[in-house]
Amino acid sequence: MKTAVRKITERYGKDKTRLMDILIDTQTELGCIPREATLQIAEDLVMSEVDVDQTISFYHFFSQKPTGRYKIYLNNSVVANIMGMKEVVRTFQKELGIKFNEVTPDGLAGLYETSCIGMNDQEPAAIINNRIFTRLTPFRVKEMVRDMKEGKDIDDMFVADYGDGQNRSDLIKSVVSNNIRKIGPVLERNYKPGQAIEKIINMDPGDIIEEIKKSNIRGRGGAGFPTGLKWEFCRNAPGEKKYILCNADEGEPGTFKDRVILTELARLLFEGMVIAGYAVGATEGILYIRYEYKYLQQYLESILQTARETNYLGKNIQGRKGFDFDIRIQSGAGAYVCGEESALIESAEGKRGEPRDRPPFPVEKGYLDMPTVVNNVETLCAVVKVILNGGDWYKSFGTVESTGTKVLSISGDCKFPGVYEVEWGFSVNDILDMVGAAKEDVQAVQVGGPSGALISPDEFNRILGYEDLATGGSLIILSNERDILTDVVLNFTEFFIEESCGSCSTCRIVPTLLRNKLMKILNARGVKQDIDDMLEWGKILRASRCGLGQTAANPILSSLKNFRHLYEDKIQKNKEFDSGFDLNAALKEASKATGRVTII
Amino acid sequence: MSQFVRFTIDGTECMAARGQYIVDAARENGIYIPTLCNYPGVKPKGSCRICTVRVNGRLMTACTTPIADGMAIENEIHDIVELRKSIVELLFVEGNHFCPGCEKSGNCELQALAYRFKIMVPRFPFQFPLRKIDASHPKIIKEQNRCILCKRCIRAIRDEKGRSIFAYRRRSNRVEVVVDPKLGKQLTDELAQKAMDVCPVGSILVKEKGFITPIGSRKYDHEAIGSDIENVQITKI
Repeated sequence: MKTAVRKITERYGKDKTRLMDILIDTQTELGCIPREATLQIAEDLVMSEVDVDQTISFYHFFSQKPTGRYKIYLNNSVVANIMGMKEVVRTFQKELGIKFNEVTPDGLAGLYETSCIGMNDQEPAAIINNRIFTRLTPFRVKEMVRDMKEGKDIDDMFVADYGDGQNRSDLIKSVVSNNIRKIGPVLERNYKPGQAIEKIINMDPGDIIEEIKKSNIRGRGGAGFPTGLKWEFCRNAPGEKKYILCNADEGEPGTFKDRVILTELARLLFEGMVIAGYAVGATEGILYIRYEYKYLQQYLESILQTARETNYLGKNIQGRKGFDFDIRIQSGAGAYVCGEESALIESAEGKRGEPRDRPPFPVEKGYLDMPTVVNNVETLCAVVKVILNGGDWYKSFGTVESTGTKVLSISGDCKFPGVYEVEWGFSVNDILDMVGAAKEDVQAVQVGGPSGALISPDEFNRILGYEDLATGGSLIILSNERDILTDVVLNFTEFFIEESCGSCSTCRIVPTLLRNKLMKILNARGVKQDIDDMLEWGKILRASRCGLGQTAANPILSSLKNFRHLYEDKIQKNKEFDSGFDLNAALKEASKATGRVTII
Repeated sequence: MSQFVRFTIDGTECMAARGQYIVDAARENGIYIPTLCNYPGVKPKGSCRICTVRVNGRLMTACTTPIADGMAIENEIHDIVELRKSIVELLFVEGNHFCPGCEKSGNCELQALAYRFKIMVPRFPFQFPLRKIDASHPKIIKEQNRCILCKRCIRAIRDEKGRSIFAYRRRSNRVEVVVDPKLGKQLTDELAQKAMDVCPVGSILVKEKGFITPIGSRKYDHEAIGSDIENVQITKI
């Protein structure tokens, strides 16, 4: 084992900042990262064991114990549950004879839960040995377990045809579907790779930034910072080296549009990164991609290789002297918080994905403390179109405050879940019509994922845009049959608990207390004071460092604002106080141990 | 650019040297902003959030935000004081803190803050987590029941090669500060004492030593935390 690990650390020049890659490769080779491997890595990188361990134990997809020859991760997101995940889970557990976080005694398979894997339009879905399985049914699960018991190769376990577009390509071969349902300037099919690069090499970098500023495009990840300004800050920041990081860590439950862009328009994305590099004076780009999309990595690498061979990457790009730029792919390992730009940088440096204090901002001190632009996948794609057609052209789409288009990920209770590119300014009503939702049957729409807002029908005339409903683009449609509190609010709150990095006291503690309050109400032990407490306690989270912590109470606060009656229906009307303490449950273990029944 | 910056804290005109953090600039002006995870000479991390202030309408941590010209800082404002008090209470309910039996009582910053904020009983339910004590190291005890995860030890204590002796493990509400199995055993007396001194609570204790300073003569037994800053006479220029 030692020599195997040594080989890996040497592959990355024994560089601490490449710890993520070292760990991923170690796990790929050994199936997990046992203590012996950790010690070897620590020795090679001149770190302590706990130094290495703090990174390993932060990420969901790293395991320190054997996880079975088939490592099954089942998505526990809201939409997965709506689409029947519970039955799928039960079947897996029954067929394999294990529960979550267990491995079959023969070491065949391990079963794990995971947060949203970006397949909301084709749930229930699972990741097994880095391959994606979608549209699972109990029947299908039985077939798969039988295949596992026969020792089939994971790639031979697909029974359906591969998905559409590049999902069929030799380097992906996946059953995932793109479900592109509406195209616009970003997703259009006439894109010819390379044209924008050929155009910019004759432009002054300052003019490129001016054009981007003129377009008024704002970050598409959700925060909405003006892209042109970000580039300008980075260009003007002192630093011997600058970096372009592409944030492809879309982890907000309900979001999957970047997965589709990566599958179908990787060249567009990489072109956008090259343009950004030229504009700010960066020589290196990193595509930080979530581990869930590992199945795309080989394909993406091949596209980068082709770009190098045709001199769209590399040295003196397209003959422009001194214009050097290359891109490497950095995989995450399962942590929603890494979608926060400074956490993403920490992770790309091989550390725990804990957000940094700001200032300094990444444009001043980012990756390896150098000026860094972090842009969303969609932003970098849209930039190419701005360069080709001009900022004024781009501004002709959308609204005054929100220019251009937005690629939406729409899922839940509707006929046509999938990816839609619409102009900003679309109302929720228009969207429901567009995706074939039975409007009279829609109870609520979750806009912008768990950190966004849960809106009720009287707000369906609101529009998508930075001036009203700002969103990274996810919409989850919830019909009347959904139990908002249990299916949605509880699930999202648990998501925030699980995905907290644990650094800020507020975000580490408050969501758990809120979840317990919510459980008390769901268990019919709640009183009005509990509702008041949740409203008060939720405010504490605003003092957290990053967007995850600051919005961790949103599922509860937003549903209390728009669906307060659901809470009020569940609380005890004639009681002012209830401790919520269940004596019988507390004594259960003792009763069992002593064999005595406690009667109160 | 002038060497000094002018700013206000709760309306009071202040002046301080440029290039320092808000919390230190406030101290120079005799104004105490409560801190917990902050420690002199150690890179700030902003993890406890107790030093939260409002600057131009935004909540920020005073220990990590550099002071700037013209900042209007809100410090002793009702909602901010309430927020800080909540955070102290949160830290109490998150772990298992039994002050009367703790070696750090009287020298404990969490306890001192609770007194300063006049906390009688936390508004939040106690979580009573099951936590362990790591006594496997010859020089120190790591008492997890009392750890408030402030990262002071992680940041302040390193070995000569820059390797961590203390580190976070896991994430979410399961996160804990652990001691390196090997380096923890090689800890010198000096570093062990430093680790105990750096810890704001009684989570890192030097073995075979206790109650050298009797209860009653300890740092916060008679004076509230922060009073040393507030009682300094500032000569206004």
